[in-house]
Amino acid sequence: MVVDIPKDMTDPKTKIEYEYPKEISMRSYNPTVKGHPGQIKRALDLIVAARRPMIYTGGGVILSEASEELTELTKTLGYPITNTLMGLGAYPGTDKQFVGMLGMHGTYEANMGMHECDVLLAIGARFDDRVTGDVKQFCPNAKIVHIDIDPASISKTVRVDIPIVGDIKAVLTDMLKELKSQKKNIDSKAIASWWKQIDKWRSADCLRYDRNSGLIKPQFVVEKLCEVTGGDAFVTSDVGQHQMFAAQFYNFNKPRRWINSGGLGTMGFGMPAALGVQVAYPDAPVACITGESSIQMCIQELGLAQQYHLPIKVINLNNSYMGMVRQWQEFFYEKRYSQSHMEVQPDFVKLAEAYGHVGMRIDKPADVEGALKEAFAMKDKLVFLDFVTDEKENVYPMIAAGKGQHEMHMAPEWELI
Amino acid sequence: MRHIISLLMENEAGALSRVAGLFSARGYNIESLTVAPTEDPTLSRMTLVTTGSDEIVEQITKQLNKLIDIVKLADLTEGEHLERELMLIKVVANTAEQREEVKRMTDIFRGRVIDVTDAMFTIEITGDGNKLDAFIEAMQQSDILETVRSGTTGISRGSRCLHI
Repeated sequence: MVVDIPKDMTDPKTKIEYEYPKEISMRSYNPTVKGHPGQIKRALDLIVAARRPMIYTGGGVILSEASEELTELTKTLGYPITNTLMGLGAYPGTDKQFVGMLGMHGTYEANMGMHECDVLLAIGARFDDRVTGDVKQFCPNAKIVHIDIDPASISKTVRVDIPIVGDIKAVLTDMLKELKSQKKNIDSKAIASWWKQIDKWRSADCLRYDRNSGLIKPQFVVEKLCEVTGGDAFVTSDVGQHQMFAAQFYNFNKPRRWINSGGLGTMGFGMPAALGVQVAYPDAPVACITGESSIQMCIQELGLAQQYHLPIKVINLNNSYMGMVRQWQEFFYEKRYSQSHMEVQPDFVKLAEAYGHVGMRIDKPADVEGALKEAFAMKDKLVFLDFVTDEKENVYPMIAAGKGQHEMHMAPEWELI
Repeated sequence: MRHIISLLMENEAGALSRVAGLFSARGYNIESLTVAPTEDPTLSRMTLVTTGSDEIVEQITKQLNKLIDIVKLADLTEGEHLERELMLIKVVANTAEQREEVKRMTDIFRGRVIDVTDAMFTIEITGDGNKLDAFIEAMQQSDILETVRSGTTGISRGSRCLHI
């Protein structure tokens, strides 16, 4: 929503009479909030009868404040659940039923689970191309139920079998009520063998990375950040490899803990967003996971942070490259690196200090945890942590654009099971 | 397939540009578009002719419905409907023979000659698009100086109405 106020209206000499209407009603756009009971019944029949089900949820669950309902439904059903990038935190990331994020940089178990499932329950998700990959190969054996408030989202890119238009919180509440009253039995034997398959995929440990390289791995920094903050910080990010590492390695257990620009892909979003979060929650730990390129898009806001005393922690995963651009150039452009190397960088420590903040440069894996602890102990200071990370690290697994969900590239040092 | 989408929309500045913007941003095709106020001066009625697969037309109607300016919408081609288009056409009519021929054609197509000089006729003709195409075809042996078409408008047959 943009409210544009013309300059002449701000003139103190101008008097504008305005009476706020008693009631606001629009004769156009009136969204359907309550889901159709017949559709909910039909959807539940399909869901309960599933043998290889998958729950796939997006940012809509968070917007609708429906995490509790989603968690209850998922636990009642006992089915595996995956979240999109925008949906992380809607379901507890450390729960056993959570199989990780899906999509281009999603986990092996989430993507294989999607590819092999027979019933897909999509909730508040938009079947983005980063999720579906090749639409023709998307969930080839699945009947799809889709809950969304926006009818235009339904069957937009992927044909849906049972659409339910409505507010997710309202629909899930009705669904839970209906599920409890109808007492239909889930085929627990089929579900147990489905879990066995998923656990086999899970045992591939697709997020594994080299822990003995002697270099700071970006994954390691996010992992330690999650540990040090007890997995309960507000985390914002910019766009690129660091964003994917944050999504993969920080286990979000609550909604609205993970703030990033998603499909809009705006580098420079992270620090301003973190400052906003800190204003809203002055005492909460707020981390901005970023990279040396993204952070420089809005680096001047270090001034704003000082002006308003906003003690965020900037986690700069500095690999001297626009890492995601470099990764694509490595994979798809014959390693012809072009405009992706940040050959010249400021001294971030001095820069932070110039604004009156604390700066740290960390270049050894052994110092990572200590630095993070030290930074978060400084509750009233913005601390800029410049981690010198492995220049060559890539984000895995990866589904190349236009490929099927089952056609993942894995980290090269180990074989697929 | 060809679809005729009828819209009731707010009769306000910017409403038309939002509809046109939606079509251009999403790459949908507009064959013709006509719009004018209704008996309720706060509402305009737009008739939009577009082509696309069922999936695309479904998306078009859903996306149009999301625009705040659009109050109500119907796809006329889903049911029995009438469609009409107005054309004004100016043709050369110099000789007595030419004038006789053009007049006869106009009568056959139930058109009307609405302006005359010693060198040309201006003819008004209504019908669906095919009829207007056929008239242009029939006029080919005369010299056509100018044509202008209003674009298709339409209405449902019977008691079905698009109103609020």
